[in-house]
Amino acid sequence: MKVLKKIILLNIILGMISGLTYGQVPTPAKPQSKPILIKGGTLHDGKGLVIENSIIAFKEGEITAIGNDISTEEYQVIDATGKHIYPGAILPTSQLGLIEIDAVSASNDDRETGYVNTEVRSIVAYNTDSHVIPTVRANGILIEQVMPSGGVFSGRSSIVQLDAWNWEEAIIKENDGQHLHWPSKYRHPSWMNPDKGVKPNKYYGERVKFIRQVLMDGLAYAEAEKHETPNFPLEAIKNLFTGDETLFIHVNDAKSIIEAIQLSQEFKVKNIVIVGGNDAWIIADFLKNHDIPVLLSDVHSLPSLEHDDVDLPFKRAKLLNDAGVKVGLTHSSASNSRNLPFYAGTCVAYGLNKEDALRMITYNTAEILGIEANYGSLEVGKSATLIITKGDFLDMRSSIIEHAFIDGRQIDLNNKHEMLYKKFKGKYEN
Amino acid sequence: MVFAQETFTINGIKDHRNLYYAFTHATVHVSPQQIIENATLIIKEGKVVSVIKNGEVPKGAAEINVDGKHIYPSFIDTNSNYGMPEVKSGSFWTFSEPEKIGSQNPKAYNANDAIHANTSASELFKADETEAKSWRSIGFGTAVTFQADGVSRGTSALVTFGKGKANDLILKSEAAAHYAFDKGSSKQMYPVSTMGYVALLRQTYYDADWYAKGGNKAFTDITLEAFNKTQSLPQFFDTKDVFDVLRAAKIAKEFNKQYIYVGNGDEYQNLAALKELSSNLIIPVDFPQAFNVKDPLDARNASFSDLKHWELAPSNLKMLADENITFSITASKLDKTSDFFKNLRLAIKRGLSEEKALAALTTVPASYINEQDRLGTLEKGKIANFIITSDNIFEKGDVLENWIKGKRFVVKHWNKNDVRGTYQLTVQEQKYLLDITGENISSLKYVVKKDSTKLTTNGSFQNDLITLTFTQDTTKKANRVRLSGWLDYEGKFTGEGKDINNQWISWSAVKQEKEGKKEIAKSKDKEESKEEIGQLIYPFAAYGDTETAKQESILIQNATVWTNEAEGILENTDVLLKDGKIAKIGKGLKGSKKTKVIDGTGQHLTAGIIDEHSHIALFSVNDVAVMSSMVRMEDVLNPHDVHMYRQLAGGVTSAQLLHGSANPVGGQSAIIKLRWGKSNPEDLLFEGADPFIKFALGENVKRSSWPMSHRFPQTRMGVEAVFMDGFSRAKKYREDQNSFDGNGVPPRKDLQLDALAEIIYKERFISCHSYVQSEINMLMHVADEFDFNINTFTHILEGYKVADKMKAHGAGASTFSDWWTYKFEVYEAIPQNAALMANQGLTVVINSDDAEMGRRLNQEASKSVKYADMSEEEALKMVTLNPAKLLHIDNQVGSIKVGKSADVVLWTDHPLSIYAKSAFTIIDGTVYFSLENDQKLRQQMNEERNRLVQKMQQAEKNGEKVKDIAPKMTHHMHCDHLNLD
Repeated sequence: MKVLKKIILLNIILGMISGLTYGQVPTPAKPQSKPILIKGGTLHDGKGLVIENSIIAFKEGEITAIGNDISTEEYQVIDATGKHIYPGAILPTSQLGLIEIDAVSASNDDRETGYVNTEVRSIVAYNTDSHVIPTVRANGILIEQVMPSGGVFSGRSSIVQLDAWNWEEAIIKENDGQHLHWPSKYRHPSWMNPDKGVKPNKYYGERVKFIRQVLMDGLAYAEAEKHETPNFPLEAIKNLFTGDETLFIHVNDAKSIIEAIQLSQEFKVKNIVIVGGNDAWIIADFLKNHDIPVLLSDVHSLPSLEHDDVDLPFKRAKLLNDAGVKVGLTHSSASNSRNLPFYAGTCVAYGLNKEDALRMITYNTAEILGIEANYGSLEVGKSATLIITKGDFLDMRSSIIEHAFIDGRQIDLNNKHEMLYKKFKGKYEN
Repeated sequence: MVFAQETFTINGIKDHRNLYYAFTHATVHVSPQQIIENATLIIKEGKVVSVIKNGEVPKGAAEINVDGKHIYPSFIDTNSNYGMPEVKSGSFWTFSEPEKIGSQNPKAYNANDAIHANTSASELFKADETEAKSWRSIGFGTAVTFQADGVSRGTSALVTFGKGKANDLILKSEAAAHYAFDKGSSKQMYPVSTMGYVALLRQTYYDADWYAKGGNKAFTDITLEAFNKTQSLPQFFDTKDVFDVLRAAKIAKEFNKQYIYVGNGDEYQNLAALKELSSNLIIPVDFPQAFNVKDPLDARNASFSDLKHWELAPSNLKMLADENITFSITASKLDKTSDFFKNLRLAIKRGLSEEKALAALTTVPASYINEQDRLGTLEKGKIANFIITSDNIFEKGDVLENWIKGKRFVVKHWNKNDVRGTYQLTVQEQKYLLDITGENISSLKYVVKKDSTKLTTNGSFQNDLITLTFTQDTTKKANRVRLSGWLDYEGKFTGEGKDINNQWISWSAVKQEKEGKKEIAKSKDKEESKEEIGQLIYPFAAYGDTETAKQESILIQNATVWTNEAEGILENTDVLLKDGKIAKIGKGLKGSKKTKVIDGTGQHLTAGIIDEHSHIALFSVNDVAVMSSMVRMEDVLNPHDVHMYRQLAGGVTSAQLLHGSANPVGGQSAIIKLRWGKSNPEDLLFEGADPFIKFALGENVKRSSWPMSHRFPQTRMGVEAVFMDGFSRAKKYREDQNSFDGNGVPPRKDLQLDALAEIIYKERFISCHSYVQSEINMLMHVADEFDFNINTFTHILEGYKVADKMKAHGAGASTFSDWWTYKFEVYEAIPQNAALMANQGLTVVINSDDAEMGRRLNQEASKSVKYADMSEEEALKMVTLNPAKLLHIDNQVGSIKVGKSADVVLWTDHPLSIYAKSAFTIIDGTVYFSLENDQKLRQQMNEERNRLVQKMQQAEKNGEKVKDIAPKMTHHMHCDHLNLD
């Protein structure tokens, strides 16, 4: 009976989805054919440099010139007077393309079952036809790290650009890192027994031992000369010890952050990134001394403790930045991740300067993800992945994206929301 | 009473004694007011005969010399579950089985399984000697005991902590009737929330009344019969915090009841409201444990209110006494019985008088159950329930004996003499020193020293016989000397023993004079009395202040004023706030000398933000009846919720607190102003606001994420049927109520239908959670059928598809700016929704439904400028004037207009910019938030935390046990928070 009911439910949901996918996502743009030059705008390079009345030119997807005085011959010219030019924003640790509708599990491919899934690869489930992606792209976010979640070792992420026919074409960097979800020190009560309150997690120590075992075995495996029988899960973390892949540790509690970093370094994990990092500001010195960057999640969140500063989540980025820790910003909800620029804007309201805040969604993130050679900043020789906005990218009041380019390809900014908007606007106007 | 066991069959010869005793040389506390030194207490046949100074021992009475001891009437606990069967929690909520909608009991009991008015504790009572012993050890002789199960808990019995068959132990079979906001063992789905318990109890009062007036013709309900019968008894209400007391007090007022409230020790946090109630309380002496705060990272997790409560809780009783609030003391909520005297003495040290303490344990509880003629004092004729203590029990010492109905229960074997001291111990020829120490004379410690070397010693002393063993020397393998002896009349020990070679030896120990120990103790007391105690804060939470905010006359100068009126945006303008209202708008305005002047240069003044859809400041959000129209959010307001303060920082001044979306018909809304610092929930309510109610459609109400659910409705089809059924019945209900001419049985009052009828008669207004166009249209048709309007569709993410129809119907819209795709019914939600609806002439609002987003609503409104090119003035109205309109409070708030409430925000930047912060959030001309004051509060809190953390460490050093801290959740995760949207 139970199973039958589930099947019926599933059929209903599937039926509803197929019935509603009337619209299509816009066609991916063709490679850049003509050289393009944008002039007159205020250019923000992502690394702190601002050029008023700028000129930026790109050819075959690559930035060829930046400055104030460049010949406009041979270029298709876009007049950006009064507008702003930014590198396309980068969204790290995201499930965009893996989750379509949160509550409809059939539409989701973000979490595998089990504790150790080092071998699973998010890239193969990345759905370039997701209706969510074009809405995010239209807000100036052009690159994403597609991340698996669930379990303790959740699997490997990849980095994609957000305008492609299929996942293979979307790839910027395949298998860039492994995602480790550090256990929580505390267990929240189930909503069935709320009176029991928050309790220390008695399995915490056990879980940490478990992680230690995986890293220890993984290192030994990686250092062995050859293997009679390859071990699939350990094979998948070999690159952590060479530095070819990064270990992204999802952890918030201060002591746990220290524990996680020390454990990873004990087993010679080369590149470590802290994701979440609510308490990272408390131990900023430690992070600075160990040269560990932080991907801060959800600037728009509530302080976790009643007596925390009311604006603590808004100013963590500044606190870390001031202490010399490299910070990128991230968002935990795929559908709302289009608000990433506004996270940076909020950081500005709470003390960060605008270019530093911009850097946290562009160049810093590129560096943290290891794609800074090509992406994250506007520099000659790098990919022409950029946006032109009507006003301040970080302030919703004027953050209107007028043009977007990925590798020099001009992206169609249309999306499901625009289509529905036009459709019903039309209904009332007729 | 004497021949209580007259009817019993005995096995043996009848042995009836008259229990005639004289206790001599005692300090007798006859009553809290009367103490007689060197008195003789005489009891006979289980009753007090007399207490006379230097009284003689009458012939026939056995003398018990209690020289140096105190005698008190034994204590009475009016809130115990002694001898009651265990109550198993109902585990009513599980995903693995279908919900249990109706009563699960086939007997002729109440329609709701949480109503147990028919439970009689005297039928359930069985003595439990282990438990009784524990109660006797802390001086209690009698207790009111009841089955703590459900909302209406039936009657209690007054019992003693004696031994034997219940017949002899029950002093009164029906002592009181008991209530609480509690689910208990009920497995029935409804209610699950505090507001549901309130509604259920109110309905029960109405039903009982109706039943008594003849409503019983159609059916029999033995629970209601019992309920009616027990109304003449004292009515006790158990509570889980001080807000429960205020909540129950509202019911008491409605039904003209006098409750005696069982408190929790947090009463000092709401003294003013309690004083106003002038009700009697039963207060526990359960104080929180200190935290382990040594690690600064862990200590961060300690909540401010918990730290404060640790320090202030022991002063609770004193503060209640200072306010002349009557209370008795209960030991029933203690984790450990042994904490009773420790805590009571701490309360006394904090200033509770011994007289009040004794009254709270004796005469006051006796009066609560109208037993002052039999219990509570040692006056002639009272039941001989008393305790003998080694000392003034409120200072130190132990309960030695506990006499119940003239029968002796020895708690601690005591000795005529206090044997504590230092002795010259002589064993054969060997000289030793023997130290006998101990906090009291019943738990003694023994140390034998040889030439000041401590030897491992064990000892015991009982009935004037002593046993003492000690090692020969301090080496590991040392053999033991074993002594046995007796105390003689001169206070000298003598006896026999065996030496290390197992040879018989004789020994003696002679007491030495002791030195000025008492003086040391005294100076220690002095030191402790200087203890620094922190101030009370309002509200009792983080960001509470030592004083509440006051209304002022405020002049804001030279700001950019967004009037939301025809004047539009006024540059370089002054606004004067006076007596809580907007007094003047203009240039070059002047205030009086007392006017607070704020320079608004470069800043923007707007009307305060109003959140049309919020769930902050609530203890519960959802109840689960399909039609929960009887529950009221105003019953569960939490003025201590820090989210209020956080939202003030985001410029929010008012909010509609809505029921959740677990059901087609939700509960009644509460519209509040965010008056941070008020402790009484009532003070938050927006004065004169129209009543509203939550409705809901779609996935949540059909329980889409609950595969095992079988609650009707499971489809949008069923949802319509629920409404049609409800409104049809409500219409008939109101007609029946109106046409009742006072003759015969009145129609039953039904709180659920009352609220629905109010909707039909346009006395209450709907805010309906809604998503897809089909269901929106459906509800408008239902409303049309009954000739009323849907006031507001909230969420309304597909409103853009039906904006024209909504306009025609007259509904308003309250939506999110850009949330979508979190579930299937929001897959067509678009960020241009608000603008499309506004273009059709609807009153459109952006709401939060979220404590976080609630503090950035201006930014959310700004998104309509970004996505659909809405004008900035119109965008700001979506979070100020428009919600005021939808909530019918636009005559008071929502714009900057002379005469309206001074509910305004001064922003540091353009109010639609992400860079804008509230510099001042003002409600009723009172500054409830300012950036400046925020800094002050943070510093104040930091200093106070530091002081308390230092104090806790000192306490730990002094031997107080500490516990590890787990972080406290900032909002209560109650099961009724399940469908929070």
